[in-house]
This record gives sequence, C-alpha cells and structure tokens, in this order.
Amino acid sequence: MGLMDKHAIIEKNATLLLVGSLLVVTVGGIVEIAPLFYLDNTIEKVEGMRPYSPLELAGRNIYVREGCYLCHSQMIRPFRDEVERYGHYSLAAESMYDHPFQWGSKRTGPDLARVGDRYSNAWHVAHLSDPRSVVPESIMPSYAFLKDAPIEVKDFSTHLVANARVGVPYSDDMIAHANADLMAQADPNADASGVEKRYPKAKVGDLDGNPQQVTEMDALVAYLQMLGTLVDFKTYDDAAGYR
Amino acid sequence: MKFGTEIVVLSLFAFAALVAAGFGVEGPFRQHMGVLFVAVAGFTAILLRNTDFKPAAPVDTSAYMDGPIRYGAIATVFWGVVGMLVGVIIALQLAYPHLNIQPWFNFGRLRPLHTSGVVFAFGGNALLCTSLYVVQRTCRARLLGGKLAWFVFWGYQLFIVMAATGYLLGITEAREYAEPEWYVDLWLTIVWVAYLVLFLGTILKRKEPHIYVANWFYLSFIVTIAMLHVINNLSMPASFLGSKSYSAFSGVQDALTQWWYGHNAVGFFLTAGFLGMMYYFVPKQANRPVYSYRLSIVHFWAIIFLYIWAGPHHLHYTALPDWAQTLGMAFSIMLWMPSWGGMINGLMTLSGAWDKLRTDPIIRMMVMAVAFYGMSTFEGPIMSIKTVNSLSHYTDWTIGHVHSGALGWVGMISFGAIYYMVPKLWNRERLYSLRLVTWHFWLATLGIVVYAAVMWVSGIMQGLMWREYDEQGFLVYSFAETVAAMHPFYVMRAIGGAMYLTGALLMAWNVTMTILGHQREEQPMPGSEPALRPAE
Repeated sequence: MGLMDKHAIIEKNATLLLVGSLLVVTVGGIVEIAPLFYLDNTIEKVEGMRPYSPLELAGRNIYVREGCYLCHSQMIRPFRDEVERYGHYSLAAESMYDHPFQWGSKRTGPDLARVGDRYSNAWHVAHLSDPRSVVPESIMPSYAFLKDAPIEVKDFSTHLVANARVGVPYSDDMIAHANADLMAQADPNADASGVEKRYPKAKVGDLDGNPQQVTEMDALVAYLQMLGTLVDFKTYDDAAGYR
Repeated sequence: MKFGTEIVVLSLFAFAALVAAGFGVEGPFRQHMGVLFVAVAGFTAILLRNTDFKPAAPVDTSAYMDGPIRYGAIATVFWGVVGMLVGVIIALQLAYPHLNIQPWFNFGRLRPLHTSGVVFAFGGNALLCTSLYVVQRTCRARLLGGKLAWFVFWGYQLFIVMAATGYLLGITEAREYAEPEWYVDLWLTIVWVAYLVLFLGTILKRKEPHIYVANWFYLSFIVTIAMLHVINNLSMPASFLGSKSYSAFSGVQDALTQWWYGHNAVGFFLTAGFLGMMYYFVPKQANRPVYSYRLSIVHFWAIIFLYIWAGPHHLHYTALPDWAQTLGMAFSIMLWMPSWGGMINGLMTLSGAWDKLRTDPIIRMMVMAVAFYGMSTFEGPIMSIKTVNSLSHYTDWTIGHVHSGALGWVGMISFGAIYYMVPKLWNRERLYSLRLVTWHFWLATLGIVVYAAVMWVSGIMQGLMWREYDEQGFLVYSFAETVAAMHPFYVMRAIGGAMYLTGALLMAWNVTMTILGHQREEQPMPGSEPALRPAE
C-alpha cells in the first residue's frame, strides 16, 4: 500500500482532514512570528523613544481614519536613494509603540517616516487644506474639513489606558493628565510645560493657525511634525543594531 | 412561515444598536450604530410582513437546499458590480484628484471599500454560494440545519454592510484587507464559525464515502481564514461604546502578523477557495474528469503548507529582521510549484475537450482564469525575490500584479461558476445569451491586458525614476515629478478597469434575464452544431 493510497484514510474522515489541514497551516506562522516576540535583537536599542502625546495620538488616529497609509509609507529602506531622499533608514524601535504599525505598502505619495520638522506648520496646514496650492503635481485629496472639526473626545484617557493594556509604557501621571494635555499642547493660552515634561520634543503651540480652537488639524500636524524626530541617531550604533 | 424566535432576537439586536447609537462616545460610532439599527430593524420588518400563520408546506428534506445559494449568486453579481465600480472611481481619482469629495468619498476611505467590496463581498459571496452548491452535490447530502445556511448568508451580508459603511465614516483598523473594527470583527467571527459548522456538518452527513477534492480546498480555506482573522484582529477597544481599538501587537510584530494575514487572505481566500471552485466547475463544464488525482493530493498539501510562510515578502528591506525576510522569500519561490500544480490540473482537465474552447464561451472563461492563475503565481515568486522587490515594492507594479490575479483568476473563475450555476439553480434550459458571455469574455480579457500592461510599464518606470542618479551623483527626479509622470498611465488603467466593469454589467444583465426566464434568440455559437451541407 503506497503513500498515496493511505491518503484515502484522510479523504474518508472529515475531522481528520480538518485537524490535519489546520496543523499544516499553523507551522509557518509559529516559526516566523513567534520568535519576534522573544528574540532580544528584534528591536534595536535606541535613545529617545517615548509614547505619543495625547494630541499626537489623536492625530495618529486621524491619519489612520483617513487611510493615509494607503498612499504613504512610513518605512525607509536601507538604499542610497531612499536614505538621501528621506533620511536614515527606519528602525524597528521607531515603531515599537505603534498600535497598529503604519509602515504602509505603497508610495503613491512620498514616505513620511521622517517628515517631522521638514516643513513649517503653516505649510502642512496649506498642503492638507489644498495640496495643489503648494505642490502643483500632487494628486492628494483635500482635507480642509479638518480645520473646522474640533477634537471630539469625551475622555481621551481611555485611549491611553487601552494602549497601556497592550504594552505602551504610559505612566499613571500621563493617563491622569491625558485630557488636559490633549488640549494644552495646541492651545497657545494654556500652560504646556506638563506636556513638554511628559513628552519631550512634542510640538507645542497653535499648530493650525487658529488659536481659538483645538481642531483635528492641530492633532494631525502635531503627529506629522514629530514623525521620525524622536530617536537620537548620534548615539545609535548601526553595526550593533544590524540583524 | 413563522419567524417567532428570529423576530424576538432581531428586535433585541435592533434595540441594542439603538442604545449604542444614543450613548456612543464618538460621532462616527453613533452614526455606524444608526446604520446597524436601520439594517436590523428593516430586516425585522420584512420578516414580520412575511409572517404567515397558515401551516407551512412541508420541506422536502431529501432535496438539496438551494434557496441561500440562489440569493448568494445574486449577491455575488450585485457586489461584484458595486466593488468594481468603486474600483473604477478610485482609479479615476488618482488620475483626476478633483473627483475626491471630502470627507466621505476621499481616496483613503474609498480604497478599502473597493478592496473589501471585491475581495469579501464579491469573492466572499462567490465562495459562500459555490461552496454550499458543491458540497451538497459532491456529498449527495442536504445542507446541515434548517435555517443555519440562511443565518450564514444574511449574517455575512450584514458584515459587508457594516464594513462598507464603516469605511466611509472613517472607522478602520488600518490593517489592509482586515480594516473593519473590533465589533464588526466579532460579528464576522460568529458568522464564520456558523459557516464552518454548516460546511463541515454537511460533509459529515455525506452519502459518498470519499470527500471530493473541491471540498478539501473549501474546508482548508474556511478553517485557515478563521485562524488568520481571529489572530490578526486581536485588539483592545478604547471603549465598548466607541469604534476605536488598538492592535494587540505593535511595530514589527504587528507588521508581520498583518502580512501573515494579508498574504494568506490571498492564499486561502482568493486561492484555496477558488481552487475548490475550479475543481468542481471546470470538470463539470468540460464534462471531463479531473486530470490527476495524485497531483491534486500533492499540490493540496504543499500549497496550504507553503502559503502560510510567504507573508514576509511584503516586508522586504523593512525593519523586519533579515532572517524572517529571507525565510519568506525562500518559501515564496517554492510556492511557485504547488501553484502550477493546480494550474496544470485545471488546464489538463480539458484533455480531449479542447475543441470546446471554440464553441463554449463559459469554458473559455474558466480556461482563461486558470491561465491567469498560472501567470500571476509565476510573477508573484519573481517579485518576492529581494532584488526584484527592491524595485517593485511601493510601486504600481504590485497593484498590476494583484489585479492580474484578482481580475484574471478570481473574477473569471467566479464568472464561469455563476454562468454554470444560474440556469441550473432557477431550472432554466440555458442562459439568456451565450453571445453576451462571449462579449463579457473579450471585454474582461482585454481589460485585464490593458490594466496589467499599463501597471507593469508605469510601476517599473516609477521605481527606476525614484532611484535614478545623474553623473554628478544627485537624484534626478523629485518625488512630485514621478507623480506627474504617472498621470497618463493612471488614465489608461482606469480605461482597462472600465472595460472589465462593462463586462460585469453585461453579466448582470444576462443573469437577470436568465432568472426572469427569458431566452435571447440568437445564432448558435459557430461550430457548436455540425453544419449541414445541402446535397449537390
């Protein structure tokens, strides 16, 4: 009785077929994904990474909501042209607090992994409101409605708590001040020293050119302006981080 | 028919949706719950109006249960047209950005509507209805359970409506091809488990000793999608009265989990399931047995084992560790062989029946599907090679590749299956028009050729422009210049897509007329009847 004939046993037993195929399809995932959770060198050692400030997180949620990742990657590959065009290649450490990741898979528009600090706040507001006013070749949709949409949140601390539950190191202090920090970061009349203390390098002040109101535009600009600015590459050892 | 329990349960469900619509913590969630309320309350009202207290006619439990399959066939055609229409719209948005209408109809919100619309609404309904059609006929058994199949069908449609409206409202997990948020995911899990019970239960009560090869593929597709869906969508909601949730994983682990899912949405949803379709409908339409039984065994186990490993090729040269990238590349190349095993088994089934290509446009469609399957499963391993991928990744070449698979393989084999099933499901002698099928075939085939060729040329051009240096060592093109260079190609791509959509509209017309019982008077296909020559 050859091997092929033995296959008849599986063909006559639906449970065996079900269990067999389930076992066969689990192998690849276990071998490839599971080690990423325990191999120490999966995420490089860097200095400067911190959780997102509440306003940055709100901006990131808008980035996700509008599907920006469908046209913009946040993953610079280690090629000469990409490094010259966008900056240092992306590290795993730079997205270690990203739930979900936003590496993207398509560059209909340019990579945004290091777009922070490259343009002024006013440029971002103009570009998001009417992309072709600053980049005539652009095919990006307009997001002018963000300027008129006030940040709507009942209790933003729940978002920090949810992130903390999946492993982002938000402290009790950060969670307690979440709602105040959310508003203070983009309100020129508020005291933002707490935001700057808890979230170093956060962009503070009126970001969208409208000091009256904290809008979704403020949040999105706060997020874009910090992208790729946290890690201190002067202290990063490329050779040690290679894996 | 009486629907006592259903009406009570649905009313409670509708009430819960109404409460959530009132107390949701954010606007989009409240609107989404409003949509849910209208959908469920509307369905309840339809059941109420159809309630009839006369004793129901006894159900013939020896016959096959084809009601949900008839609905599924209609849903397949309907969602196919909708999904492809959205595809043409977003293709035009890339060529003419003024077509974006903020906020609901911007590209970023419509693109998941297109992908989910064609993959899960069109493809999903095609898989649902063909799998239930095939499993009954190859097992000689009626579907398990009285109303379970109806629950699976309507439950799945509710999933589609909630996913689609959620995207327009901006409710998304931002995981490609797994965008619906946590509560829609939970609902799909319930429906999917019911589908597994329905399918497996029907196999268990079969009257044939052997489980037919098509059912191996369908079964492995259902169970693998269950595993992928549950693990990839693990997330933590910020509030149980809000839509936003945060993925259980972050960064590099999240990326690989997502592409382990994403690649196997292709591997199991769009390949294994549709191979099941091929293994039933191609032999049936060709009236020939499957070419090789041994090949089907070898390529079945090989394909389900190897596909799962291929995910990392979506993450070449990213921050994913090199060992995982290399492993993913090696398995992606190996995947070429079992993929072609399926293609060979499908094509060679026509041995001795190749003449039907001239006379039967339905078999022609199926053969073209299998040919495109072979083409794109050859292109895929090539693109998974890191050197090639360094050029192709992030460009429109990838989009071209996925469409030669999706339009060529998934679309064409589904059209073939629909054309085969519809006359049988409604007891019609034949389709309304075979000539319309020929038109559909040529529009679809030429549409794909235009689409794929344009995306190859433009994708490679884009990749080369990004990396082009002048003799002094400076980058030649700004990013904006590469965007401008894409314009003519985006226009041509939209034309290719519109051709394909036109073909689908012809199918919708043909299927509708067939269901209504019409037959178009037309010349028979050339060669289908021996021409009689008058005596001289």
